[in-house]
Amino acid sequence: MTGTTGTTGTALGAPAERREGRQKVTGAARYAAEYTLPGRVHAWPVPAAVTRGRVTAVDTSAALALPGVLAVLTPFDAPRLAEPEDGTLAVLQNPDVPHRGWCVALAVAETLETARAAARTVRVTYATAPHDTGPVEGHPGGYEPQEAGGQPGRVEHGDPEAAYAAAEVRVDVTYRVPPLHNHPMEPHASTAHWDGDRLTAYTSSQGGTTVRSVLAQLFRLPEERITVVAEHVGGGFGSKGTPRPDVVLAALAARHTGRPVTVAYPRRYLPTVVGHRAPTVQRLRLGAHPDGRLTALLHDVTTQTSRVKEFVEYAGVVSRVMYATPNLRSVHHVVPLDVPTPSWMRAPGESPGMYALESAMDELADALGVDPVELRVRNEPEREPGSGKPFSSRHVVECLREGARRFGWTGRDPRPGVRREGPLLIGTGVAAATYPVQVAPSTATAEARPDGTFVIRVNAADIGTGARTVLAQIAADALGVPLERVRTEVGHSDLPPAPLAGGSMGTASWGWAVHEACTRLAAHPEEGPTVRADTTGTADAESPYARHAFGAHFAEVAVDTVTGEVRVCRLLGVFAAGRILNARTARSQFTGAMVMGLGMALTEHSTLDPAFGDFPEADLASYHVPVHADVPGIEADWIDEHDTHLNPMGSKGIGEIGIVGTAAALGNAVHHATGIRFRTLPLTPDRILAGLLSEG
Amino acid sequence: MNGFGYLRPGSVQEAVEAHAAQPGARYLAGGTNLVDLLKLGVERPALLIDIGRLPLNGIQELPDGSLRVGATVRNSDLAADPRVRERWPALSQALLAGASAQLRNAATTGGNLLQRTRCPYFQDLDKPCNKREPGSGCGARDGVHRDHAVLGHSPQCIATHPSDMAVALAALDAQVELYGTDGTRRLPVADFHRLPGEHPERDTWIRPGELITGVLLPAATAGAPSAYRKARDRASYAFALASVAVLLRVADGVVDQVGVAFGGLAHRPWRARHTELALLGAPATPAAFEGAVALELAHAEPLRDNAYKVSLARNLALDVLNRLAPAPAVA
Amino acid sequence: MTSASHHSEVTLRVNGKPHTLRVDHRRVLLDLLREDLDLTGSKKGCDHGQCGACTVLVDGRRLNSCLLLAVTLDGSEITTVEGLGGDREEPHPLQRAFLDRDAFQCGYCTPGQLCSAVGMLAEAAAGHPSHVTDPAAPTEGPVPLDRPEIRERMSGNLCRCGAYPRIVEAIEDVI
Repeated sequence: MTGTTGTTGTALGAPAERREGRQKVTGAARYAAEYTLPGRVHAWPVPAAVTRGRVTAVDTSAALALPGVLAVLTPFDAPRLAEPEDGTLAVLQNPDVPHRGWCVALAVAETLETARAAARTVRVTYATAPHDTGPVEGHPGGYEPQEAGGQPGRVEHGDPEAAYAAAEVRVDVTYRVPPLHNHPMEPHASTAHWDGDRLTAYTSSQGGTTVRSVLAQLFRLPEERITVVAEHVGGGFGSKGTPRPDVVLAALAARHTGRPVTVAYPRRYLPTVVGHRAPTVQRLRLGAHPDGRLTALLHDVTTQTSRVKEFVEYAGVVSRVMYATPNLRSVHHVVPLDVPTPSWMRAPGESPGMYALESAMDELADALGVDPVELRVRNEPEREPGSGKPFSSRHVVECLREGARRFGWTGRDPRPGVRREGPLLIGTGVAAATYPVQVAPSTATAEARPDGTFVIRVNAADIGTGARTVLAQIAADALGVPLERVRTEVGHSDLPPAPLAGGSMGTASWGWAVHEACTRLAAHPEEGPTVRADTTGTADAESPYARHAFGAHFAEVAVDTVTGEVRVCRLLGVFAAGRILNARTARSQFTGAMVMGLGMALTEHSTLDPAFGDFPEADLASYHVPVHADVPGIEADWIDEHDTHLNPMGSKGIGEIGIVGTAAALGNAVHHATGIRFRTLPLTPDRILAGLLSEG
Repeated sequence: MNGFGYLRPGSVQEAVEAHAAQPGARYLAGGTNLVDLLKLGVERPALLIDIGRLPLNGIQELPDGSLRVGATVRNSDLAADPRVRERWPALSQALLAGASAQLRNAATTGGNLLQRTRCPYFQDLDKPCNKREPGSGCGARDGVHRDHAVLGHSPQCIATHPSDMAVALAALDAQVELYGTDGTRRLPVADFHRLPGEHPERDTWIRPGELITGVLLPAATAGAPSAYRKARDRASYAFALASVAVLLRVADGVVDQVGVAFGGLAHRPWRARHTELALLGAPATPAAFEGAVALELAHAEPLRDNAYKVSLARNLALDVLNRLAPAPAVA
Repeated sequence: MTSASHHSEVTLRVNGKPHTLRVDHRRVLLDLLREDLDLTGSKKGCDHGQCGACTVLVDGRRLNSCLLLAVTLDGSEITTVEGLGGDREEPHPLQRAFLDRDAFQCGYCTPGQLCSAVGMLAEAAAGHPSHVTDPAAPTEGPVPLDRPEIRERMSGNLCRCGAYPRIVEAIEDVI
């Protein structure tokens, strides 16, 4: 292994064991729906059964007549909230139905079974309105958004159209990524409890600080009267990055009934109300010299959003980062439709964007007869193409070279479709990865206890990243004490406010504040026993550098010519992500994200049903996340990267880059195996078989 | 689901009488599908009759060499039974290709036969479905139907039967044993499930109140080479896009005995009678297999998005036939 | 037994302790554990037998507790993740292996993975074949568990964090 520091105990980089691990393997760790407060009752949502329209009446009489039913909240009588900034949280506030699945009533009952039965018994009458569910291509309602993922919707340099038209070698290809669903193993859930005008919410969230401020705004309360607890979070991958209807509904129902209420969203209702990766259609045009150097890169993304709010799947941004080209265009088009609202799913933008860009690069390599690793090396930029800024560090070439060495890429026969083992066609593929370094201001405190131990407090969320553990490591290093003497408290809004666990920025953001508090406490014990740090103004200072993590994926697949089934034989990821703070949990995050990328490439299939405006593949039997049998021994490793332009730890985020590029590497391997380009994900047997047959 | 009564009968007779006495009664065994449907609101029984503890969980060898499998034998136990593995291997393989270990540990032989389609429109009370609510329409026909039927469907319904086990039983000439107020009767598994026609709400030819008491694996197919193969969207724990069970006995290069059934293509396990008729007595050659399979699949009527199933079924069938045929046939 | 009403009394042993409860016939074992006994280690990931997070051992067999009506389980012996270690202070060797191998991230599927793995080891020892077992293999004796066997047999337990490679290693550690 190349990435560890070789030190043990307190040093950053050590493979420290997860601090909450014992609780998780013994079943003692409690998640949001598991706070069995005295008198706690359950609520069950009623999803809208029309694609667009208005609720005209809700007949609750039969539901209320069931023994054990406490209430049915409807858009006509639910407690009124202030208007939220995020329209998806305006639940039960008006009778409009913007899409199928939107919550139109909430049944509250003594038991789960009764709440479910009551929800089924509620009779909702609608006035339906004509709906528009796409398709997006050529849709007259499309527009170019100002922003995409916090960046300009369009970036253009040079004269890309003319340069492309004049290019000696051209690739013009369109890739399609379907809707994808986060489906964390813990469904979105919240338990809310009012004590007078004080609200406590136990919620499954990647950022409790935001949940508190949003609840304060909605319920018109000062933040001090709200406590938000998210001690253990059963995954999120973006869908729990913002407050979701469950926490608002639980708080509404608890206020209405005077009882603690749990809303645990049923799995099959999740796809319509907690966000999803919006489908994208991406046209890539690459113009190149015969030696492979790009002369033009055009990346046109068409995607959709709901009419509730604009969310743009910012797939085009990767083309502003990756390759040197004098003529660049990266632009987004978005079409608002009567469909569920999309949102963040692991590496939003980068993940589908790099699938398309890295597949197109493979096609260009093929067209040129240049090795795909070499093609990428030849297009290595000196500065970030989109911004013109220098990179704080960029080791994508090193990742490609190291990965190629370990994978045995050298000497690869580039010819597609020639490696046959019985009914199997074997192929290998490569793709690069990138993910931006993001960081947000945070606060944290460090307390020196009389017994010589230290307590670190920050309202971070441990969604499975190992935040408790790595923050303790950062603190121990800064304090110069053994790891065992540091305790971390996270996941509670009484702790110092902190940004969310999202955008791969949690550890950097929280860690910066923890580092500062500990450094000051160590240098000036007289400031203690508790030192508070706030990184506002430093963590969010504009950087003169373009800061990104990079990586490379290598994949080997076997395509069964009998069934069209694709099975992964090997998957290797090599990353350059600054300093790796915990070798054990970092490896788990890299490989775990690669598994999700494997699902994106091969198994995860969802369809927006145009007639009904929702996703028929709503449950875990029909939406196929990878299972054990799909996943071979995946390897992830990293190269040492020393970057002083990041944060005091020298780290880049690692939660998302593992999924970026995985699907392209697998897709490129499928092409190498079969000789056929499949440009629509996922690569399921129906598509592969049809391709094999049409090629004869 | 609203509440329901619960009965644990002491005998098969008592179970059947209780069913007859209570409209809206349902038999409950492993519950892997029924409890799922209760939660979805698709099933709304007044009474559950728990047959899980009736003495129907044995596997007995009969004097003629057939095997009688009790209705509540768990899928995992049936798949592991050495007699099944050695003499009717396609059945063991089909069972092991289905669901997950946890589900196979609960699901029973009878329940597996009676499981209902996983069509998403059937499972969603807010969508039209003629199977769930006759006359309401079919959401899948013009909707999302990549997983749906290519054979024997009707304007009313394009659902598929989800079982792997039943496909193997159909190919192996198994019989289902039914007990009702009129006594015991047997039906070939291949004829137990219906085509949807105008009544997709009826999955099988079972009569109201009848209880499956067992399945009979006949001596006639014992020991014949057989195998099951399934294609799916992920490597495990997924329903079949298409599957095939094949029994093939060849003597002197000629097909002596053959059974072929497809899964994932129709409202029932699809016994490929045209293929079998063409093969019986024919030379066991790849060309003969190809022609015979094509005869069956010529009857396919694919929908907008599922034509791939015809090719997939063809490939699966040819692969298994060629594999089961003695060496000269594949040379 | 019969009950025209919608409730019945059942007695179960859970992790060695007897419990007698009056249950709603609609109540599944998973909700009985979580709601009535406050044993929240068994997780609800899908409530329909599609994820395996609720896996427990019932009379030694691994089952999805979300699909088992509690009323049907009268007299059963249930082991949940909370009971895997028995009366010992130390966790079960498999729990220790999960810690050593970092075989989880968010932890939500973990109790189900653990109970499932315990059940799987017993099944393989009893000679139960799997989808990847060679059909020509002898039908007597334990099935050796190589990686493809473990992966296939554990496929009823989804992990969205993608800890699969580590879980397989942890299971190998206790074989």
